[in-house]
Amino acid sequence: MSGKSRRDFLKSTALIGAGVTGLSATAKASPKNILSEDRMGVLVDTTVCVGCRNCEWACKGAHDLLAGNLESYEDRKILETKRRPDHTALTVVNEYSPGKNSNLPIDVKVQCMHCDNPACVSACIVGAFSKHENGSVTWDTDMCIGCRYCMAACPFQVPAFEYDKALNPKIMKCDFCFDRTKEGKLPACVSICPVEALTYGSRTELVKIARDRIKKNPDRYVDHIFGEYEVGGTSWMYLANKDFAELDFPNLGKNPAPGVSESIQHGIFAYFVPPVSLYALLGGIMWISKRRKELDEEVK
Amino acid sequence: MSHEVVNPVPIKHKYFTPGVFVLIIIALNGLVFLMGRFFFGIGAVTNLNNQYPWGLWIGVDVAAGVALAAGGFTTAALGHIMHKDEYHAIVRPALLTAMLGYTFVAMGVFVDIGRWYFIWHPLVMWNGNSALFEVGICVMIYLTVLYIEFLPVVTERFIGKVNLPGFLSGLNKIIDKILRLLDRGLSKTMFVFIIAGVVLSSLHQSSLGTLMVIAGPKMHPLWQTPVLPLLFLLSAIAVGFPMVIFESLIASRSLGLKPEMHILSKLGSMIAPLLGIYLAAKIGDMFIRKTFVYLGEFNTASIMFTIEMLFGVIIPLRMFLSTKVLKSPPLLLTASALVVFGVLLNRINNFVVAYNPPYSTESYFPSFGEISVTVGFVAMLVLLYRFIVLNFPVISLPGKQTAAQSKYTIRGGK
Ligand code: SF4
Ligand code: SF4
Ligand code: SF4
Repeated sequence: MSGKSRRDFLKSTALIGAGVTGLSATAKASPKNILSEDRMGVLVDTTVCVGCRNCEWACKGAHDLLAGNLESYEDRKILETKRRPDHTALTVVNEYSPGKNSNLPIDVKVQCMHCDNPACVSACIVGAFSKHENGSVTWDTDMCIGCRYCMAACPFQVPAFEYDKALNPKIMKCDFCFDRTKEGKLPACVSICPVEALTYGSRTELVKIARDRIKKNPDRYVDHIFGEYEVGGTSWMYLANKDFAELDFPNLGKNPAPGVSESIQHGIFAYFVPPVSLYALLGGIMWISKRRKELDEEVK
Repeated sequence: MSHEVVNPVPIKHKYFTPGVFVLIIIALNGLVFLMGRFFFGIGAVTNLNNQYPWGLWIGVDVAAGVALAAGGFTTAALGHIMHKDEYHAIVRPALLTAMLGYTFVAMGVFVDIGRWYFIWHPLVMWNGNSALFEVGICVMIYLTVLYIEFLPVVTERFIGKVNLPGFLSGLNKIIDKILRLLDRGLSKTMFVFIIAGVVLSSLHQSSLGTLMVIAGPKMHPLWQTPVLPLLFLLSAIAVGFPMVIFESLIASRSLGLKPEMHILSKLGSMIAPLLGIYLAAKIGDMFIRKTFVYLGEFNTASIMFTIEMLFGVIIPLRMFLSTKVLKSPPLLLTASALVVFGVLLNRINNFVVAYNPPYSTESYFPSFGEISVTVGFVAMLVLLYRFIVLNFPVISLPGKQTAAQSKYTIRGGK
């Protein structure tokens, strides 16, 4: 390498470094988890739920999904198989055998938990998911590329995908009736529930109510509010008179699901310092080894 | 050491052989299912569902594809950054494999994502928290870098040989000039891209490992570990040279060339330490997390893990330590193939076998359509590789040291 090209080399290396660091200023615009003090939630008391599945019907109606007539939901046969929310139903009710001090079957409504630190929001490649101040986790159709990473990431395996659609397949999940709550209405499922198994309120308030219920009726409940601490807390929380593992709730720790992966990700990138230093290091090695070669040749 | 002159030339050999026809049929079969996917949706062709959102296409076409194209950046680091000129003969074939490999990775992504027409979204919609975003962006930039790195091969092929027929012949001179300009510009700036390529590779090879970390308890503890990014990077580095050897030996056999054993043996001697580092990291991680207890259970996970480690790492590691293996083409091919197999299996294990969603009723196995598409892609890749080495100066003929470095005088332009 001649003196001139060596100078060129150093110049362009420096330029690239500068370019990459410039990039990092914009790269930090990552979605923030908004954990507002008065974010809302729902407390699901499975000891009250009668498994009427009215919530399923109301939810479909509120989301332009094929709902059918309400009478058809009285058929309890469907409760014999365990179902999961999918693109035809954003929430489903499953039935389990009775728990302690009771001979009534347990019915569990399933939908997105609206995690406080949602894995889906952290994972989505284009940031199509967002956590809102009122606790809802929603999803923007127009951004999604359909990579389904959110599905791989969600600890509750909630987001569903329209696999049968060739064009515009959507990710589907409970959106906490974001459009209704914006207008001051209750979520559709909460408002229709005939036995008030679902309580909508501020999350802090709900935790208090749940504690209270457990304290007043220690025979009726296991001492566990599912969702209070799981994966860093969720907006939807559950009470039950049976161990949650037996009700098909996943056994999750208290750490937010995205925690580890985000810190790794930020570690590798830390303001682009590691990649830029690697670039500089490799540039240095390249320069030195080339120089050594030239010296060798000059000696010859 | 004597300065060896590298002379890549288009190989003279006929394109069509019985094997090539078989590959064409496999590729066509893949295309049929590919059309099915685009006309009827992902669900029509694959066995994926809400429990198993990712399957063969992500595990093999994307994750394994990226890993097996690692020969590109490892040889670039060796040949260009450390200036080991003796390896220059293999840099171009490795570059070609990487370029084709990543092209097919991109195609795999394109096929797998539900809204393929939005594939450009990550360019403008950034989520810095997402490991997938990082992988996506790095792969896109790296693919561009690979194409740029390959450009000199194209200019070299055409400079002084632009010969358009008929009325277009007036353009010959201009195109030739443009090519020369391009060539000159490229040779001045190429180091920028070469270093960038190595950096980008290190980044996304490791981020590919971060991908599954977020799946947390859904992933079998034998594979789920916070050091996955490191393990992915180390295994990618370890598989780079075996892949180059594997492909070089196969190519020379199929094109009737003499294998470049003097280079390949030397390359092979570097593999054992690299594999050793990977193995050490893997075992260290197992002991720290005490996951070896799961090996005592007899199930798919433990069996797959054992196969992966034994045949994919330990046996080839032992083989590469022996000089006998390094000197014999068939043994070298076997050992390299084992490492390739090991990394392939590791990616499948990480993305498919280890993934155990909480509400699955039956476990996932790829459908015939999914397998057809993947195998079809591989066939297309081989066909393209063959076409390019027959028509472009990629492979250096051993022993024929004719060309000197002063390229313009040699290539007959005025
Ligand atoms: S339950 Fe899943 S989909 Fe719902 S907010 Fe949590 S991570 Fe997202
Ligand atoms: S499928 Fe859509 S919403 Fe889910 S991670 Fe991919 S881009 Fe985001
Ligand atoms: S909150 Fe709304 S979207 Fe969610 S389950 Fe209830 S009705 Fe359905």
